[in-house]
Amino acid sequence: MDGSVARRFLLGLAPWVGAVALWYGVRWSGFVNASLIPAPHQVAAKFVELLLQEGLLFDVFASTRRVFLGVMLGILVAVPVGFLLGWYRPARTFADPMINFFRALPPIALIPLVIVYFGVDEVAKLVILFYASFFAGVIVMYEGVSQITPLYIRVAQTLGAGEFEIFRKVIIPLTVPHILTALRVALGVAWATLVASELIAAQRGLGAMIQNASTYFLLDVIYVGIICIGCIALIMDMILRRISSRLLVWQERAVT
Amino acid sequence: MSTASGIHRARFDHVSLEFATPKGQLRVVEDVSYDINDGDFIAVIGPSGCGKTTMMSMLAGFQKPTSGKVMFDGHPVAGPGPERGVIFQEYGVFPWLTVKDNIAFGLKLQANHVPVAERDQICEHYLALMGLSDFTNSYPKHLSGGMRQRLAIARAYAVKPQFLLMDEPFGALDAQTRANMQNLLLNVLATEGKTVMLITHSVEEAIYLASRIVVVTARPARIKQIIDVPFTYPRDESLQERPEFGELRSHIRELVMSEYRAQQAQLRPASFSE
Repeated sequence: MDGSVARRFLLGLAPWVGAVALWYGVRWSGFVNASLIPAPHQVAAKFVELLLQEGLLFDVFASTRRVFLGVMLGILVAVPVGFLLGWYRPARTFADPMINFFRALPPIALIPLVIVYFGVDEVAKLVILFYASFFAGVIVMYEGVSQITPLYIRVAQTLGAGEFEIFRKVIIPLTVPHILTALRVALGVAWATLVASELIAAQRGLGAMIQNASTYFLLDVIYVGIICIGCIALIMDMILRRISSRLLVWQERAVT
Repeated sequence: MSTASGIHRARFDHVSLEFATPKGQLRVVEDVSYDINDGDFIAVIGPSGCGKTTMMSMLAGFQKPTSGKVMFDGHPVAGPGPERGVIFQEYGVFPWLTVKDNIAFGLKLQANHVPVAERDQICEHYLALMGLSDFTNSYPKHLSGGMRQRLAIARAYAVKPQFLLMDEPFGALDAQTRANMQNLLLNVLATEGKTVMLITHSVEEAIYLASRIVVVTARPARIKQIIDVPFTYPRDESLQERPEFGELRSHIRELVMSEYRAQQAQLRPASFSE
């Protein structure tokens, strides 16, 4: 057991080591102007500096909070809407083109309108993140729910289950995996949208930090910001996967 | 068991069923009439895809006949209910519940009024009966096909339906497990006395288990012949060695094969036969 844990750890670590090595390699190869690529150790030093003197943690907190709230609100609405669309075919015929229309719009293109209607405050950023998470989540939900086989419902009926019992004891357990997938997809999309949402005159936040840094051509700060976003997204995804595997022990998986 | 009391529990009364398909109306069941009496073990046999399952599905309450009536206990079937237990061809064990919780599922439903104190006892009984005691807290993903089927059967038996509808329940099992499950079914019926409608494509299974065999035609399913099986219960596997068993098997096999040939002929492209 210990051996396999160590092996999996090394296997997971290897690509990171490789990426850093490649980074150094590109910088030292001379093909690219070295001033355009801060070295990994310079970025690490900048990270410590930002952490200790510039309050990087406030930016991390501000961004994480926005993503978290945006995704929660988006999924809170996407779950019942996606469920209805997946469950009732007429609802899907009715709403499908509309949803695909809005889903195709990149949130960044909506920013001018969001500023007009919601101002430049926190609400505006949440609206953008909500928009992105909702449409990502609703698709996953309704695709998943529409594939639930009627067999289990029939079985429950023949055992004597009433409408409410079927909903609570059959449909909800079958929906949980799709809710978790929707959450994961929405989290990914929300982080991707974060920088766009913080384009709206944000004071703090990783996206704002990157924006400000680009104004003054502070490449190392940009690198710190990008790596922070990636790391937080990765951690959130890992937590969610941990929760999923706890809730979905019953699922059959090709690879365990 | 074979002493059917003569009180009919289920009745197919000139039942037909059609589907609308893009190519027009598809007639699946045509003018089927027969009674299932209390204590009967009816086996319905016919070529695959002939509409046997549709017949059962109407009695279970999942489909309504286009014309005619399907009656249960004197009333037209309006929907599914716990007094008609169904064992599905695809098992349908709930993957998100453990083996024990699968069996307990029906016992916890309001319609069945099973006191909390009795639930555990009933679960234990069927776990032991089906040889699943070692897997009480396992999830179905850890079970073999045969074990899943036994679980589906245990779950259906647990709510004690007086009437069992079984759709090729042993079709996917290996010969050994299949024989075990057939004997187990005979034992349960001997102790609990149920009425059964079994859909099967195995002639041996039909003769070995049933008190009456309904042979149906290729689609649309019509009744070709209803045969009383002359053997008394309890039965054991030595029955299958008896010459009468062999004769009956040849007779029924010939009926089924002629329908199978008819079905193959139907499947040939119409343009060639015209």
